[in-house]
Amino acid sequence: MDTESVLFKALIFLAAAVVGVPVAKRLGLGSVLGYLIAGVLIGPFALGWVGKDVGDIMHFAEFGVVMMLFLVGLELEPKKLWRMRMPILGLGGLQVLFTGLIISSVAYLCGVHWQGALTIGMVLALSSTAIVLQTLTEKGLMRTDAGKSSFAVLLFQDIAVIPMLALMPLLAVAPIIDIADEHSTNQLQGWQQTLAVIGSIGAIIVAGRFLIQPVFNLIARTGLREIFIATSLLLVIGITLGMQWVGLSPALGAFMAGVVLADSEYRHELEVGLDPFKSLLLGLFFITVGASINLDILIEDTQTILWLVLALILVKVVVLFALAKFFKMPLIENLIFTFALAQGGEFAFVLFSFASQNGVLADEMIATLTVVVALTMALTPLLMIFSEKVLQPLFDKQELEKDFDEIDDGETPVIVAGYGRFGQIVSRLLRSQGFQTTLLEYDAVQIDLVRKFGTKAFYGDVTNIDLLKAAGAKTAKILVLSVDNTDKAILVTELCRKHFPELKIYARAKGRREAYEIKKAGAHFVMRETLGSALLLGREALVDLGFRKFQAQRAAQTFLHYDSKHMDELTDLWGDEKQYILAATEKAELLEAVLKSDIQDRAEMQDHAWDSDLRKESQNTNHEH
Amino acid sequence: MANRILINFAHPRFESSVANQVMVSAIKDLEGITFNDLYEEYPDYLIDVKKEQELLLSHDIIVFQHPLYWYSAPSLLKEWQDLVLEAGFAYGDKGYLLENKYWLNAVTVGGTYESYSEQGYNQFPLEVSMKPFEQTATFCGMKYLKPFAVYDVFRISKEKMIDAAESYRKHIIGLQNHLDLVTGSYT
Repeated sequence: MDTESVLFKALIFLAAAVVGVPVAKRLGLGSVLGYLIAGVLIGPFALGWVGKDVGDIMHFAEFGVVMMLFLVGLELEPKKLWRMRMPILGLGGLQVLFTGLIISSVAYLCGVHWQGALTIGMVLALSSTAIVLQTLTEKGLMRTDAGKSSFAVLLFQDIAVIPMLALMPLLAVAPIIDIADEHSTNQLQGWQQTLAVIGSIGAIIVAGRFLIQPVFNLIARTGLREIFIATSLLLVIGITLGMQWVGLSPALGAFMAGVVLADSEYRHELEVGLDPFKSLLLGLFFITVGASINLDILIEDTQTILWLVLALILVKVVVLFALAKFFKMPLIENLIFTFALAQGGEFAFVLFSFASQNGVLADEMIATLTVVVALTMALTPLLMIFSEKVLQPLFDKQELEKDFDEIDDGETPVIVAGYGRFGQIVSRLLRSQGFQTTLLEYDAVQIDLVRKFGTKAFYGDVTNIDLLKAAGAKTAKILVLSVDNTDKAILVTELCRKHFPELKIYARAKGRREAYEIKKAGAHFVMRETLGSALLLGREALVDLGFRKFQAQRAAQTFLHYDSKHMDELTDLWGDEKQYILAATEKAELLEAVLKSDIQDRAEMQDHAWDSDLRKESQNTNHEH
Repeated sequence: MANRILINFAHPRFESSVANQVMVSAIKDLEGITFNDLYEEYPDYLIDVKKEQELLLSHDIIVFQHPLYWYSAPSLLKEWQDLVLEAGFAYGDKGYLLENKYWLNAVTVGGTYESYSEQGYNQFPLEVSMKPFEQTATFCGMKYLKPFAVYDVFRISKEKMIDAAESYRKHIIGLQNHLDLVTGSYT
């Protein structure tokens, strides 16, 4: 069999993925690690099923990273991006600056000439967009503080690649050997470079607004799905090549194109169409990273490499942790953030080969550093598991011991735990009726935000009994438990029932399931967060469908009444799934019947209830009997 | 100038009341009258007292159109009376702001005309049954007009109902154009 054929290679890669990923997932290691290990196994240094051309395949697979950033951009409207400018510039900028400085200094002290040291510092300051985003998404952490901050840092790094590429030739110490290289042919002068950068960014924005949209309109009208997907791929590939030509990061270009198209009506179709390609290419990319780990060098120089890996992770962890602390990120989020970003990135491969072409660094050093970067990337999923399973539970307790604002609100009858969208409404209602509330919130950004509107909320984790004590849980009458995390709500409920038995707990719950659990934990009153607003919306819809307002109001009230009643009646059955579903279905049917009969009754009532003659007739009949 | 008429309409089941639908469509579009649908305005019973009082002040004749429930008004209209006709506005110190305005009940009634008599099972004539309205108006210094009533609304034919609505319309137009507010007589 021709082992060099494309199909044979595809067979090897796909088989590796199909075997490796489910196993890794099963072991709780996540897909990224599965790909990486599969890559190591089939790579030239282990089983050798894929040849030394793995670098070329990786180069191709990097396109997956470009697509991923395009898709990330699609989720991010310009407005949202603008709101992120502080974390991007502050957190991202400082991370690259400090990490780069420390690594450069260390390299310089180890005897590397300053140009080389600076290059190493810059390149190693970057983290892996592919691994971090994939892992965070898989763990469902992208929407958390840690996820958003990680994304901000990665975005800054992607931007920082541009000046790094521009700087590299200036740092050359050896004569540039390969002058006819693809990168060098398009090498532009400094001012040309700047113009090209501004020009291409402008081109993306203008084209995104005025060219791409009409093109998609046209394509969509053909109704050919594959042509739509082809157009999407064409768009991303076009951007990639264009960006490469002017010396910009294709990932960044694709990201911007994504942002420009974020409010386009074709957003979802683009996402759906490109997602499988992105996922496959990313998987391929991870496999090639695994395969490119040069086990020969690793075995030859095990100690040095392991020390370097450790040092790189350590420097990153220290800088990231300190910065997150400085930006007031809560400890748990900080740990997620820190360990997510503590690795070298795929850009390092590109930048190192570029550095080699420009004669900035010696080839042996680059080979060693490439292995180090690949190893740190491979270690990331493990580090995150370590942080999640070992460190976070450890610090979770410690965090509870202290770390909250001093509360100087005096005694208030009501404590509001969780001052987000839900808590705000409750608190404003109570305050408008003259009841003082003490506000507790875990999100520093939210606290800053409400402070701008003149409201004072205190920072702290409400699962911390000391914070509750400081907030006056002993003297308060009611705790409004409006945190959106169910586990937290249950924990706080249990804590309060134990330590402050007098305190009444009014809890918010996500849905029915969560409501039962919080109720079982001992809350006095539980309200599903969407019930009221959904009923109000339904009521308005009924009005628009021709109902009188009073009629719609009654229907909504009836629904609320019976639904709440059934909910109470079913509380005891919760836990026994079979019984519960049986009873719940019965109640749901009952409710529907009640609502229907209410309408019929009322219609009949109109005919008879106020019919005094009917009364007279029945009286007469009574007389006769 | 035509008299300014406010019709405060109250019916909790308007959607299924043929009688009142016919009655309302007979007067709703009359020029120069204000039609105030209370159950549509306040389905949650949260009456805007200030707004209702201002409406009263800017009209000369207040019509209460409603079905007669238990010899009285539907509950929202009772709530309206309790809140809007408050001390300091309708009576009491700095009150009596409705003085000399006219009050008319336009009611739909389930029983027959005959049933509202000493011999009938309703025992009293309609005017007597509705004395609380009259006394409320009088208490506030308002002039109470003889109720406009449509009897037996569940039994009469559609044609008769339309006739009744038509005479209601004429009644309102008469009040609008021919009632002398000072003397209380028709011109």
